[in-house]
Order: sequence, then structure tokens, then C-alpha cells
Amino acid sequence: MFIRCSAAIATIALLISPALAQGAKPSDPQIAHIAYTAGVIDINAAKQAMKKAKNKDVKAFAQDMVRDHEAVNKQALALVKKLNVTPEDNDTSRTLSKQASDKLAELDKLSGAAFDKAYVENEVAYHKAVNGALETQLIPSANNAELKGLLQTGLKIFQGHQQHAEHVAAELK
Amino acid sequence: MPGRLLAMTAILLAAMLVPARAATVQISMENLEISPAEVSAKVGDTIEWINKDVFAHTATARNGDFDVNLPAKKSATSVVKKAGTVEYYCRYHPNMKATLKIEP
Repeated sequence: MFIRCSAAIATIALLISPALAQGAKPSDPQIAHIAYTAGVIDINAAKQAMKKAKNKDVKAFAQDMVRDHEAVNKQALALVKKLNVTPEDNDTSRTLSKQASDKLAELDKLSGAAFDKAYVENEVAYHKAVNGALETQLIPSANNAELKGLLQTGLKIFQGHQQHAEHVAAELK
Repeated sequence: MPGRLLAMTAILLAAMLVPARAATVQISMENLEISPAEVSAKVGDTIEWINKDVFAHTATARNGDFDVNLPAKKSATSVVKKAGTVEYYCRYHPNMKATLKIEP
């Protein structure tokens, strides 16, 4: 399981890197798009879990994810509006979305305890990967101070989610 | 006007004459940080928990002494009942941690 999780993280890290590794750093409009997309992905995963999960801690965790990620994305939208920036779609966002819809389809085939376990483990891996990307790529690349600040708050929130997910995962064992 | 001044003086004096008056200690949560991260209070004091974030938080004692729910941008109060050093955290964001020292 550890190997599978690590593999999942490595995969996401690889997906986030290439678009950014093409030499140029992502621009602020691209960063905003990637961060927003990453939030939407987790909201969709949580909505699926709210329908399918059996365990009450897993259901509660999914509700927390919807609430927090919607709050972050609401702030992100308010900020891009204020800065008059139009988020720009890019390869990283597209790859993330594609991978997420594959994951949704994969999890959709599971049910009961197997679903709960797979969802929570993916949440741990996903938040770990997004946090890695925020720390090493997105935050250092952001030019606008307010965008950087929001990403930094986002990082703290998602680090919290990662710990929360790890806790729920440990309880399921 | 002099009446009002007199009343105010009376209130001030009364406040000084009651030595063991319970205090209110404010602890706020902003940008996923609890401040002050370490604070002292006395049994009987009121803690005013102020959540300045747009995210819901909790103040949950590791020893089970309290579990305060703080919806986004809301405040709540609780009264400290037992002496001791209590470590607490946010259940939703367990990376938010702080300490409350309660003196008898």
C-alpha cells in the first residue's frame, strides 16, 4: 500500500512538473488556474464520497473538503477579479483534470469499506502532491504578492487536510 | 455630566475592589494560525475564541476537556473549569496547535 501511495504521489508530481519544467515558470494567470483546478478536483472527489462513503468519519471528512475548498476557491475568484486577471488554462491543469476524472471513474467502481479506504488514501496522496507543487513550484513562481499570500494560506489549509486525511486513514485500519 | 463621571468612578472603584474577578482571555485564529500560541488563564476565566478565517475551525483539547466549534468568521466563548496545561488543536486542520495554561 505504501508503494502504491508513493507511486500515486510520484505520478501526480510528474504530472504537475512537465508543463512547468519546459523552461518558463508558470505565469500568475496559469498559477491561478492550476490552484483553482486543484480545488475543483478535490470538491468533485468529495461530492462523490458524500454519496458513496459508508463510514461517518469519511463522510464528515468529505464535507470538510467541500466546505474548505469552496471557501478557498471563492477567495481565489474574488482575487483574480480584483487583480483583473483571467485564469489561463494550461497543460498542468488539463493533465490534472484528466487524471482526476480517471480517478473518479476508478473509485466509482468501488463500494462500502473498499471505497472509503481508497478515497481517503487518495486524499492523502493528492494533498501531499498538491502541497509539494505549491511549495516548490507555484508559490516560488507567483509574482503578485496577494496571489502568493493566498497560495501560502492554501498550503497551510491543505497541509491540515493532509494530516486530517492521514488521521482518518489510520482510523480505518 | 458630573453624575456620569461619578458613576464611572464608582464602576472603576468597584472593579478594583473585587480582586478575584474572572477575566476574559482572547484567542484568535487567523490564516490558520492560533494566537497567542501559548497563553495563561485562571480557573473561572472566560476564553473568547475568535475565528477570523473564512474557514471553520475547532478548538479541541487533546485531553477531552473542551471542544469548541467555530464556524467561519464567528466567535464563541467557553469558561475554563480545570487547572492544568492543555494542548489543543483544530480537528479540521490538525496542523493548527496551541497551548492553554490554566492556573488554579
